[in-house]
Amino acid sequence: MSLVNVQRVRTVVRKEVREFRRNRLVIGTMAALPLVFLITPMLTIFRIHASASNSQVKAAVGVISLLMFIVPVVLPPMIASYSVVGEREQGTLEPVLTAPVRGSELLLGKAVAAFIPSVGIAYALYVVVLIIVRFGAARVVSNVLWHAPQVLAQLLFTPLLALWAIWVGIGISTRAGDVRVAQQLATLASLPLLGFTSLTSFQIIKPSVPLAVGLALALLIIDVAAWRVVSRLFNRERLIAGRPERHARNETPETT
Amino acid sequence: MKRLVVEPWFRRRRVGLGWRAVAWQGWVATAVLVLGVVGAVVVLRGSAARIPVMIVIVVVYAAIALLTGGAEAEIAEPPTVDATRSESPLTTLQTDVRLPDPVRARRTAPSGPEVLSVEHLSKRFGERLAVDDVSFSVTAGEVFGFLGPNGAGKTTTVRMLATLITPSAGSASVAGIPLTAENGLEIRQQIAVMPENPGLYLRLSVAENLEFFAGLYSLPDPQERIRRALAAVNLAGRANDLCGTLSKGLRQRVGLARTLLSDPSIIFLDEPTSGLDPVASREVHQLIDNLRTQGVTVFLTTHRLDEAQQLCDRVAILNTKLRTIGTPEELRDRLFTKALVVRTAAPVPEPDRVFAVAGVESWQADDVTRYSLSVSDARLAAPNVTRALVNAGADLLSLAEAQHSLEDVYLQLVDEDVEAGR
Repeated sequence: MSLVNVQRVRTVVRKEVREFRRNRLVIGTMAALPLVFLITPMLTIFRIHASASNSQVKAAVGVISLLMFIVPVVLPPMIASYSVVGEREQGTLEPVLTAPVRGSELLLGKAVAAFIPSVGIAYALYVVVLIIVRFGAARVVSNVLWHAPQVLAQLLFTPLLALWAIWVGIGISTRAGDVRVAQQLATLASLPLLGFTSLTSFQIIKPSVPLAVGLALALLIIDVAAWRVVSRLFNRERLIAGRPERHARNETPETT
Repeated sequence: MKRLVVEPWFRRRRVGLGWRAVAWQGWVATAVLVLGVVGAVVVLRGSAARIPVMIVIVVVYAAIALLTGGAEAEIAEPPTVDATRSESPLTTLQTDVRLPDPVRARRTAPSGPEVLSVEHLSKRFGERLAVDDVSFSVTAGEVFGFLGPNGAGKTTTVRMLATLITPSAGSASVAGIPLTAENGLEIRQQIAVMPENPGLYLRLSVAENLEFFAGLYSLPDPQERIRRALAAVNLAGRANDLCGTLSKGLRQRVGLARTLLSDPSIIFLDEPTSGLDPVASREVHQLIDNLRTQGVTVFLTTHRLDEAQQLCDRVAILNTKLRTIGTPEELRDRLFTKALVVRTAAPVPEPDRVFAVAGVESWQADDVTRYSLSVSDARLAAPNVTRALVNAGADLLSLAEAQHSLEDVYLQLVDEDVEAGR
């Protein structure tokens, strides 16, 4: 038996995307938030002269890089944390759970739907920053930010960090009783992984292609494990009745 | 059983890795791919990172394209239609059929194959026993009413049968499939559930809501099914309306259309007329009655006794435990002795002598001119009583069989439970 039915996953993605399109504020807010965050570090970068020391440049670029990594971590929880608890609040969860869809398929569909706008915005923002720095900042800054391994790390880590944040958000959403609590917890729980990437942002670990690829593979494994763990946490009874069945029947909560 | 549908490339009309050519998102994504690859070549010229960057771009593109565009679709076989039904309810369901008199012709319990069988089912939430040792069965084509006061365990039972919650004890088979966690997906493919709140996505249109569920059921030809389901509930003209703009009655109808989409073996309706005005309730009643006419098995949870009496072939009364089960007539007969009600213009002289006729077991005076006679068989006793009254010179105004409604049965049982402290 296949792990997921692609058609059902696509159905969930299509429905989620339709809902986002009808509620443009969701995506608008997601795009506006990182722009606000970026104003101060960008101004700092533009104040750096060509004669600035290497450490000054690295520090400024490190802040920008870290913010670029923060974007895919803070954006997905806005959508992902709503995914299950939101459905429960609006009364749509029960009909969905009585339909022939596996928990893993439902969650994967919701994750993909949250992934597309989050990563799209994060990449778009990165491209804008790269272009602005290339043409507006001092050459020394541009050279550091346009360093190939740095670019590769950004391209690789952005979707993987977003996936991590999404699974954390969905995992919390399956257990939370309130959307606001879910959003706050999900953002908080997504942040620790940033420590991992900030090492390369501030070049404490010197970024290189093998290192970027290696770290990306590690993140990918973590993301796949997170999907499986969150799917196992998805318990229909807990979601509907508020508490799981605990008697010994050797039945997994979400095997089908 | 699943089959893979692969269309020839010229019919797919797609660009790249599965994007539909007609979808603008496909063109945008493809343009981004091309720009990304060209950009990577130009910007990272001479760098070792060039190849991995291009691979990442292509992989991300392919993943998005395959998940949202799709070149091939793995679809399930159409769900098995109940063999006892000659045709899909969607093809013939009409809503303009008026219900007959609420007190229907005497029904008999249907005798088709069992589609739902429940044996000693129990559910405990912590210390609270929500459902206690419930057993019953439902046959194909039956409208089965599940009655009980608030908190009686009706919804919990439906949720157990719909694989949403796990029973604490007992067993069941739904559409012939044993109720186990492993069979959850298969059972859900065969049933449809409409909870008390129809649970529609208010930002989506009526058709989009149904399209979503048609996709989850992997139904073939979804647009045609949606069209027929909406026609069946008289909503064909509202397909593009946002659900948020519909009245509660119309939303209930959309919910009902959703349950019809997959031609399920059993439809579970949980309080389908809750909160509806009388006109909207009547429309829902008409739809359910027509489902019955079409041989669809309906499991109707309600605490509206008039609704159950009007629509159900058999009813079960639940108050944590199953109190009784049968046709409404059987329940009346079981709980109440048969009686004749006699009304006269003046008090009957020597009633002990007058009512001592064949078929009358006992009598009591409700009023000076009204008498209730317990009888074993009303058809046998009524002519004898009439003759005795005429012979006694009594001015007979009326003689009728006492009518007990399902409400009388229900109240009798619930009162018994209250007195017993259950």
